[in-house]
Amino acid sequence: MTAVRAQRGALYAGNTRAVIHRGLLATRSTNYLVVFSGFFEPVFYLLSLGIGFGALVGTVQTSTGAEVSYAAYIAPALLAVSAMNGAVYDSTWNVFFKLNYAKLYQGMLTTSLGPLDVALGEILLALLRGAMYAVGFMVVMQVLGLNLAWTALLALPAVLVIAFGFASVGMAITSYFTTFQQVEWVTFIMLPMFLFSATFYPISVYPHVIQWVIQALPLWHGVELIRGVTTGALSPMLWVHLGYFGVMIAVGIVVATRRLRALFLR
Amino acid sequence: MPESVISATALTKTYGGVAAVDSIDFEVAPGESFGLLGPNGAGKSTTMRMVGAVSTRTSGDLTILGLDPEHHGPDIRSQLGVVPQQDNLDMDLRVRDNLLVYGRYFGLPRALVAERADALLEFAQLADRAKSKVDDLSGGMKRRLTIARALINEPRILLLDEPTTGLDPQARHILWDRLFRLKEQGTTLVLTTHYMDEAEQLCDRLVVVDKGRIMAEGSPAQLIREHSSREVLEVRFGSDRNAHVAEQIVGLGERIEVLPDRLLIYSANGEADLVALTERGLHPITSLVRRSSLEDVFLRLTGRSLIE
Amino acid sequence: MTAADTTGRIDREDARRALTAGVAPRRWGSWYVAEHRLLAMKGYVGEAVFQSFGNPLIYLFALGVGLASLVPQGVAGVSYLEFVAPALMATAAMTIAANETTYPVLMGFKWNPTFFGMNAAPLTGGQIVNGIMLAILARMIMTVTIYFGVILAFGAVPSAWGVLAIGSAVLTGMAIGLVLSSYTSTIKDDRGQMAMIQRFGIMPLFLFSGTFFPLEQLPVYLQPIGWISPLWHGAELGRVATYGLEESLWLTVTHVGYLSGIIVVGLWATRRHFVRRLNR
Repeated sequence: MTAVRAQRGALYAGNTRAVIHRGLLATRSTNYLVVFSGFFEPVFYLLSLGIGFGALVGTVQTSTGAEVSYAAYIAPALLAVSAMNGAVYDSTWNVFFKLNYAKLYQGMLTTSLGPLDVALGEILLALLRGAMYAVGFMVVMQVLGLNLAWTALLALPAVLVIAFGFASVGMAITSYFTTFQQVEWVTFIMLPMFLFSATFYPISVYPHVIQWVIQALPLWHGVELIRGVTTGALSPMLWVHLGYFGVMIAVGIVVATRRLRALFLR
Repeated sequence: MPESVISATALTKTYGGVAAVDSIDFEVAPGESFGLLGPNGAGKSTTMRMVGAVSTRTSGDLTILGLDPEHHGPDIRSQLGVVPQQDNLDMDLRVRDNLLVYGRYFGLPRALVAERADALLEFAQLADRAKSKVDDLSGGMKRRLTIARALINEPRILLLDEPTTGLDPQARHILWDRLFRLKEQGTTLVLTTHYMDEAEQLCDRLVVVDKGRIMAEGSPAQLIREHSSREVLEVRFGSDRNAHVAEQIVGLGERIEVLPDRLLIYSANGEADLVALTERGLHPITSLVRRSSLEDVFLRLTGRSLIE
Repeated sequence: MTAADTTGRIDREDARRALTAGVAPRRWGSWYVAEHRLLAMKGYVGEAVFQSFGNPLIYLFALGVGLASLVPQGVAGVSYLEFVAPALMATAAMTIAANETTYPVLMGFKWNPTFFGMNAAPLTGGQIVNGIMLAILARMIMTVTIYFGVILAFGAVPSAWGVLAIGSAVLTGMAIGLVLSSYTSTIKDDRGQMAMIQRFGIMPLFLFSGTFFPLEQLPVYLQPIGWISPLWHGAELGRVATYGLEESLWLTVTHVGYLSGIIVVGLWATRRHFVRRLNR
């Protein structure tokens, strides 16, 4: 019994707050403008494609059969994408740098903090930033009249769930990386996912086989989840999307914690 | 006397009105090993960059191999080997490729560069690391590779800016050995250092610089003879008593220097002074008699230690 | 002769030797630097080639097939695929330029100061810039040519003049690269400037330069972004080449002149900044 507790103690000291605190302090010393600028990326996409390209398109039919304007079609997708990008960046590039160059974690783990504190702390930190961007973007959507139903409010928690899923898995994968090139591959793999996951056009243009592949990937679930709530087209499928991210979070956290323990507590 | 390979007259470099190098004069003869000794910020590196024909002087005269660096930068640099303070090997290339690429900068034919690269890797004791990534080399190995790279054009003058700073004692000795061989082969060496032992080991002649000015010039032995005594007695009485004791022993030796942690008594015979000290009833915690070094010369000339 | 002009004595054997040894680096120095940079790029040539094929395939499938399904009527008289293809090519050149002139330039001055090593050898600051740009040019030509091949395979190049789009894309990339390098060569510390360049420079250029839709689709107040954007000029030039976009001759001349002008000014400024920073 005590052995079990000791083991759990080594893994988790219930002090995630200390990690978050350090992260916030570190953010304070960096360029605020850079952090702030992350908000603009999806806004630029929305203005360019939603307004410019949207003028060529007119309306688009969502997967649930609703006819919406092109801007209203891509806005929720951009929200999901920015949740993904932020979470993946923070959990791959950032974590990789800290693991291998800044040697931050070794320092943390020699204190009373356990690897799970560290893992959760980093992820929650990424979520905090993601939440700020999401709120900003949703205000823009509201101003442009792209939130079509009151359920759009649910997009905020949904964004957090999506970011949590990507961050957990990103961190788990990063713990296996040894070179920067491997991290770059993640960025490269994300490009097609970004473009093909019903972000800018319905996936019905593709043959069924390709549609299945897309539907197996996480971003499609994220896009559909958010599009469902912002357009107000609620369907039982939303639970499937949520479940998908639940599994990602669980698997990611378990693997990341195990790896961190293997890497540092030996 | 053969013509100097480097000749500086009233050489000055100012940054925003502040003189980093303040009207210095020196000559370096072919085959000579010439050192600039001084603390950090004395203007050594600035002088080296001007001699290296990569920094324009503010005023004064400077010729290298009889040419003015202002108009003949590339020509002069074709005859120099430069070992900068901070290694600037290309981390994206492997060890041998670093030499090959650098040799090409001088317009040397590929075959010749390849031949020299192999010989230099041998010389730098890096032949077995030819295909390694530069990043995987130790600090001492990187320095040796930088020196090998500086020799790829068979330079008339080798400029070394603090060649062993940051290296462990063993790595320093290996490096000194290599530099000594070059000196024996007749390469003109110009080096800066703030290590007196390095200056004593490698330099035929040196100038002591501080705050952009030359304080003294000569061979290491000459400088010690002129500016210090033969021996030094170092005694410690504990940090709170040193100054007090110093007042009691005025007249002992030729000169007394009070440092925060110890007293230095400059004299011709340190042992005799130690006896005299104890006869006055003063018993130091530790005592040491040693020969004068360049460190003492520097302390005498500037009132400060070289390494603070 | 020159030695006599400045020092008054050329009878020195070592001075004569220096003047002789200086001839080749003075003449060919830029090429030596280019050679070095290309050798360093060899480390990631596999990825570069893979991405050179991968990127156009992904973008053309996504935009030319996917996005195109939303505009079955086409754009400005041609299919949507034909419309975006030349712009995507110019974008690819821009991406290479942005990658190679941001961190690598700061790297060469700061984290791995190879530029100082080059300058300690007979090479001048101007030659270092030339060499870097030549290497980027080589890489860009390779990537853009592959891009053109893929576009050709997609059947998106109706005109026989289409191959000229390679030139317009390269012109675009070099113009953007030189603007960036003239700035990045002045950066002393990395305080997130690269992220800012990406977010407020490259990204808006990509999105508001008439890449995905004709510039006229944008509200009037956003259109000036396109006019000053080298990417818009490059994309339009590419369209003239690949499908014969109808525009007045003076506009075509303006595109070429604008891009060339930026290249000249950017090269001048970058060289100046390099020389100043190397010769402190």
